[in-house]
Amino acid sequence: MSEPVLYDAQGPRARRRTLIGTVVGVLLLALLVFVVVRRLDDRDQFSMEKWGPLIDPSNEAFDAVWRLIREGIVNTLKAAAVAMVLSVVLGTLIAVARLSLGRVGRIPLIGLVELFRGLPVVVLVYFGVRVLDDVGVDLSGLPGGQVFWGLVIGLTAYNMVVFAEVIRAGVASLPRGQREGALATGLTNGQTMRIVLLPQAFRVMLPAIISQLVVVLKDTSLVTFVANFDELLSQGESIQRNLDNPIQVFVVIAVLYIAINYTLGRLAQFIQARQARSGRVSGTTVATAAATGPAHVGQGA
Amino acid sequence: MSPVLDNLDLYVEGFLTSLGICLLAMVGSLLLGVVIAACRVSPVPPLRAFGLFWVTTFRNTPLSLVLFFCAFGLPELGINASFYAFGITGLILYTSAFVAEAVRSGINSVPAGQAEASRSLGLTFGQSLRHVVLPQALRTVVPPLGSVVIAMFKNSAVVGAFGVGGDLWSTGQTLTSARGLETLPIFVGVALGYLAITLPAGALLQLVERKVAIAR
Repeated sequence: MSEPVLYDAQGPRARRRTLIGTVVGVLLLALLVFVVVRRLDDRDQFSMEKWGPLIDPSNEAFDAVWRLIREGIVNTLKAAAVAMVLSVVLGTLIAVARLSLGRVGRIPLIGLVELFRGLPVVVLVYFGVRVLDDVGVDLSGLPGGQVFWGLVIGLTAYNMVVFAEVIRAGVASLPRGQREGALATGLTNGQTMRIVLLPQAFRVMLPAIISQLVVVLKDTSLVTFVANFDELLSQGESIQRNLDNPIQVFVVIAVLYIAINYTLGRLAQFIQARQARSGRVSGTTVATAAATGPAHVGQGA
Repeated sequence: MSPVLDNLDLYVEGFLTSLGICLLAMVGSLLLGVVIAACRVSPVPPLRAFGLFWVTTFRNTPLSLVLFFCAFGLPELGINASFYAFGITGLILYTSAFVAEAVRSGINSVPAGQAEASRSLGLTFGQSLRHVVLPQALRTVVPPLGSVVIAMFKNSAVVGAFGVGGDLWSTGQTLTSARGLETLPIFVGVALGYLAITLPAGALLQLVERKVAIAR
């Protein structure tokens, strides 16, 4: 339903009311902002002493601060990218296995999916980083080190089962004729899945997959609570501990997160719109896939 | 599993604290989320802009960062409260964005004809939303809202990790770092605590989903 159906285009009277309401609202908002700004100013939150290291290139700490932030961004992106690739690969395997195994063979996979989906990501990251270490799994030999791979394993454990569900829903949303046609032309079950069904399922689910990337990116920050790893939020924390300007640093960090994630979100929307327009994936298929897809997609911590 | 059984009372206490955080945050974020969703579909452009801003901000920021903001930012505004209150505030702010999106997509799933019909009967925006669109939207919204709430229960672990203390996650932390117990059994216990809620809730949700689903 397109939104404007709910109300008529505003006439002169409604426009005037809206205008008055807007002015009053803006005034109230301005008052609120004024109070907030006054309070912050009373506590010297706008001084260059607090903002300088972040926005003034001539400040002595500027270079060091932004080097730390850049490092943080790179580490966040790295962890998210590796976890993402692993989750998509493993998720596809789980989905395919679940679709092609019989009733009995499916049970352990359903258990796996429900288990990992039911746990908080921060607990899984804890398992990856601390518990694996304690039970003697040594990951420090791998490039990136113990904590990096622990984090990746924690994120992957959660997201692979989310992807398994996404891809399963994608395959389920395809018209039945696709599979029947492929089998009728003599392809085996495996070939049908690999050549015909999966490529289309990926296409349908690409927006959902990209949206989930936002979740993975945000969840990398959970490692702050578990171990030392120089991702974006942790870097922000150590910067504000040294410079004693938490508000300023966290504003910058938040803007960075929002910029990255908003871009990804828009990309997902763009791809979805293009698919709907191109007609290769029919609009209804996308809609059913989105409706039957796991609602867990897009949430996260 | 004996380290878990020995400290079962602590676990139960932590479990109840987690549940308490989740319940408080649930009430708060459902109310706030519906208001934000109403903003997003309202005829007043500034309200729509506000709704969009709210959803974009909180959906794209990690919960941990929202919590840090509440803990460091609010005291600077002269608001001093306990970490518990900050934690719940952060969780409400964060979750309200997801609630708002779930409700909005529910509103959008109601066929345009319904709204058109109610409009042509002469109902106002508020009336058609209240009497025609929302009652139908809420049924579609139940399943996604349910998973938002389940996700929120899981996110209470982040609130605990952030320093609220006493919840299920923090219980695990106390037992492993302060008392030096082994991490594996203790955290299997913690995991079981979360699964005790999320698995039945997920199953219940599927049932409800089948019951309230409208065949369109």
